[in-house]
Amino acid sequence: MFDALFVMALGAIVLGAALGYAAVRFRVEGDPLVEKIDAILPQTQCGQCGFPGCKPYAQAVAKGEAEINQCPPGGEEGIHKLADLLGREFKPLSAEHGIEKPKAVALIDEQTCIGCTLCIQACPVDAIVGAAKQMHTVIAGQCTGCELCLPPCPVNCISMEPIPESVENWKWKYPVIKLVAAQEVAR
Amino acid sequence: MNNSPYFLKPASVQSVMLRVLLALLPGIAVYVWFFGAAVLVQIALASVTALLAEAAMLKLRGKPVMMFLGDGSALVTAWLIALTFPPIAPWWLTVVGVLSAIVVAKHLYGGLGQNPFNPAMVAFALMIVAYPSLMSQWPAVGFTDFLPQWHAIFGPRQLDAITMATPLDALRTALHTADARATVAGVLGSQATFGNIGGKGWEWVAAGYFIGGIYLLQQRIITWHMPAAFLATLLVVSSGFALFDPTRFVGPSFHLFTGGAMLGAFFIVTDPVSGCTTPRGKLIFAAGIALLTWIIRTFGAYPDGIAFAVLLMNIAAPLIDMNTQPPVFGHKRKGDGRP
Amino acid sequence: MSALRQLFRFNGGVKPAYHKEASTTLPIAVAPAPTRLVIPLHQSIGGPPRPLVTTGDRVLKGQRIGGADGNVSSAVHASTSGTVLGVEMRLMPHTSGLSALCVVIEPDGRDEWMERQPFDFHAATPTATRDYLRDAGVVGLGGAVFPSHLKLNAGKQGKLDTLVLNGAECEPFITCDDALMRERADALLKGAAIMRDMLAATRVLVGIEDNKPEAIAAMEAAAARTGDDSIQVVAVPTRYPAGGAKQLIRVLTGIEVPHGERSTDHGVQCFNVGTAHAIYEAIALGQPLISRIITVAGNVGQARNYEVLFGTSMRDLIAPCAPLPDTDRIIMGGPMMGFLMPGDDVPVVKATNCVLVGSRALFPPPPPEMPCIRCGECAKACPADLQPFEMYWFSRARMFGKAQEYHLFDCIECGCCAYVCPSRIPLVDYYRFAKSEIWAREVDKEAADQARERYEFRLLREEREKQEKAAKLAAKTAAGREKAAAALAEAEKPARTPEEEAKHALIAAALERAKAQKAQVQPENTGDLSPEQQAEIAAIEARRAEIREQAKPHLRQDD
Repeated sequence: MFDALFVMALGAIVLGAALGYAAVRFRVEGDPLVEKIDAILPQTQCGQCGFPGCKPYAQAVAKGEAEINQCPPGGEEGIHKLADLLGREFKPLSAEHGIEKPKAVALIDEQTCIGCTLCIQACPVDAIVGAAKQMHTVIAGQCTGCELCLPPCPVNCISMEPIPESVENWKWKYPVIKLVAAQEVAR
Repeated sequence: MNNSPYFLKPASVQSVMLRVLLALLPGIAVYVWFFGAAVLVQIALASVTALLAEAAMLKLRGKPVMMFLGDGSALVTAWLIALTFPPIAPWWLTVVGVLSAIVVAKHLYGGLGQNPFNPAMVAFALMIVAYPSLMSQWPAVGFTDFLPQWHAIFGPRQLDAITMATPLDALRTALHTADARATVAGVLGSQATFGNIGGKGWEWVAAGYFIGGIYLLQQRIITWHMPAAFLATLLVVSSGFALFDPTRFVGPSFHLFTGGAMLGAFFIVTDPVSGCTTPRGKLIFAAGIALLTWIIRTFGAYPDGIAFAVLLMNIAAPLIDMNTQPPVFGHKRKGDGRP
Repeated sequence: MSALRQLFRFNGGVKPAYHKEASTTLPIAVAPAPTRLVIPLHQSIGGPPRPLVTTGDRVLKGQRIGGADGNVSSAVHASTSGTVLGVEMRLMPHTSGLSALCVVIEPDGRDEWMERQPFDFHAATPTATRDYLRDAGVVGLGGAVFPSHLKLNAGKQGKLDTLVLNGAECEPFITCDDALMRERADALLKGAAIMRDMLAATRVLVGIEDNKPEAIAAMEAAAARTGDDSIQVVAVPTRYPAGGAKQLIRVLTGIEVPHGERSTDHGVQCFNVGTAHAIYEAIALGQPLISRIITVAGNVGQARNYEVLFGTSMRDLIAPCAPLPDTDRIIMGGPMMGFLMPGDDVPVVKATNCVLVGSRALFPPPPPEMPCIRCGECAKACPADLQPFEMYWFSRARMFGKAQEYHLFDCIECGCCAYVCPSRIPLVDYYRFAKSEIWAREVDKEAADQARERYEFRLLREEREKQEKAAKLAAKTAAGREKAAAALAEAEKPARTPEEEAKHALIAAALERAKAQKAQVQPENTGDLSPEQQAEIAAIEARRAEIREQAKPHLRQDD
């Protein structure tokens, strides 16, 4: 009886010590979960999730304060990835946070722009260049398509242009197996 | 319109399966010669059951029935079941065996190409666990009278006159009896079951399967890895133990030419779906089956161990594959640039 | 010079029916002069060239119409003299059926060359020679169209052991390299000698599949005429894909160049024989790459090799070959790796080695796909020693990470696996799908990483500015300290304070002023400008217009 207790206690002490040592020895700097969530998020920095950026949203998700379905630019695929990472149930994109749209970039109509710099201040990734009373332009390659520059523009000269499919970014489609058609041919 | 390649080699699953069936014919012919036409009855029974079960399952799963029925894979499973089950097994045993193979082991796992276990061996293992005595009654060699065999299959069963234990079974029973003086040589010399090499008649059936196996190799349907590894391992292990203690362990020729060894080496172990696919993996996989077969035959409670050995190695196959990936072009070790 | 040398072998490979005889009965012909040329600007790997001409310009044959965009790019030239009808979006010879920017030229029929001057590469620095070849538009003519000047770089050691010339031409139907080697062996070997000198290579091995005895004989004779015993012609066993660069290097030298490594670092470089000929023309004759030899074969009355100007419509090209009435498709390349064209009115480009006319009888639709039975035939046939069925499995399940673990990107898409598959699975389609998905994801990931970095930097900068502002205020006066606190609070307050309202009013006023100004005067910063500046602005405007053109949703692709 006491032998058994003794053995169990000893086991607990040894294992506890090992775990404690491992916790110190192999400590991971930073919060890896936030980093992992942040890596899945599209970094649009649009704030549609209700947080001031992707990182804050990642932190909220990690803490369990936010749902995983609040990121419209990440879309269904992003939600699936978050669900896989966090072991949570998949949920369709929450409608109140927006809808999934094809990726687009902002385009400033340079004839209308008055050079007010408001959009430059609004852009979360500094993708708009220009100076006061000078025409502004969007660096298309850096634009995340967050649409945050649209509301501040006093002259509504910014529009969102969907990125067109080109020979360079065209993707091979998933091979569709046309069973019925193939059978007809076989006959 | 499809994309390149626009040229395809004239090959199909159907032609692969039909050639496997063709390769089984020499073995079947010898089998019928020694054990009677009951073998053919079993093959017919199993084939019809398998095709019906396959059609029903395809229909239920919403797949094009005629296209998949024609692939011949169900027939291969059915024939292997008919050839591993006793020829005088009652008809329902064969039917239940085939159903468990086609319905459970194949279609419930997703159908052709998706089954982790060899369907024929699932059927054999299930039936030998459920009906050990029925699965051990073989017709005596040379008693090829059709009528008693017909009755054995479809009733009324009167078996005493026509049955006989298989050589593996007979040897195991003799060695495991209380008689401490029983030796391998003594047992082999005392009973009519045993022939010059393996079991009487069995050795010739094995030779028939061997010829079929050579045909499969020649047709490049199977590679040499699995049969070679299987037979070599069985040879080495049984030789080693027979040299160590010839009174307790039977020699390699007996192991290779009785039971399902040859059928297994060329037709069962080589099932591509449930087995390993890399060259080294195939060697390990087949060697593992041979080792387990020898262990089960020698120390186990069942007469032949191939079915259990195959199922056990089926479980290990993905792991073996993962760890035996062949080197990719250009990623070989240094100094490995020679032809 | 064919020496008995030890050859090596690659694993796998297949032996499809070759169908090469039909197009080798007649010598190379010059394709009939086209009535219109549509020359795509982007014909090579790398950045798309910038257009150098505009509508209405008269161009001479060989005149540069697209300038290389950076070093990883290659120039494009007018294939004949004529007038530029426009720089516009036209249907590309690409499976997608999408359009890209092309220069449309109406030939004047005079075929007037620009001034041509041989390039003395012995006197020039290697960099100058490479720049010259870039501007001459020389790219790999084996089908990959990788800019050749980038490959003519001896790598880390500064010299090479072997220069491999690829004349294997393993794809069925295609005989353009065969015809070139038979008829232009001397010029081709002169090009090879130039490449050898640039790469400081010790020897040149010309690998030709042994089903082309005439080409081998012609090349051997030409090699003997050079009197240069560093050039050797080697017959290699006929087995598809012996013409894959990696496979040919392996066969000739025993070296396996892994995916993602430069072959020059292994002491070997490989060029197509057509590229060697193009380099000869560029250096010795001063002619940029404006045409190539193309095999027209398949479902035609008379298959033949043609010397074709880039930009010629495929429809015009196949017309003299009398395509049979049941023709239902045009394939660019061979039947194993070729690409289906969206129609026959697409231009011939530098990548076009063969225009294969197809029909249902010639290339019957594949039988229905069956499940994979893991028979391993594909792995036996794979020349890259891959496990195609595993890659298929994961590509099909969209598990791209796993597919990459099985070395998806080592796949050369040769089609051997799909060729032998008894289940008739379009394996290569799955790999193409998986690869393009992975590429798209990598582009997205890169963009996201960049956005994250820029966003974090912006936060940092805002914080810094806030503090600087506060510090400045604090430094001013003692009372300033309170102000600083107020300023800090101010900076943190959300938008739309009365101050901001005032700003908006100002903006509205500015807008009014701008509107008024726009009607009469130019913007003030473009007031008095030098002619150069004005020209620059005009160029920028032109470029802007072009970008706008490209950005337009592809409504125009069907014109």
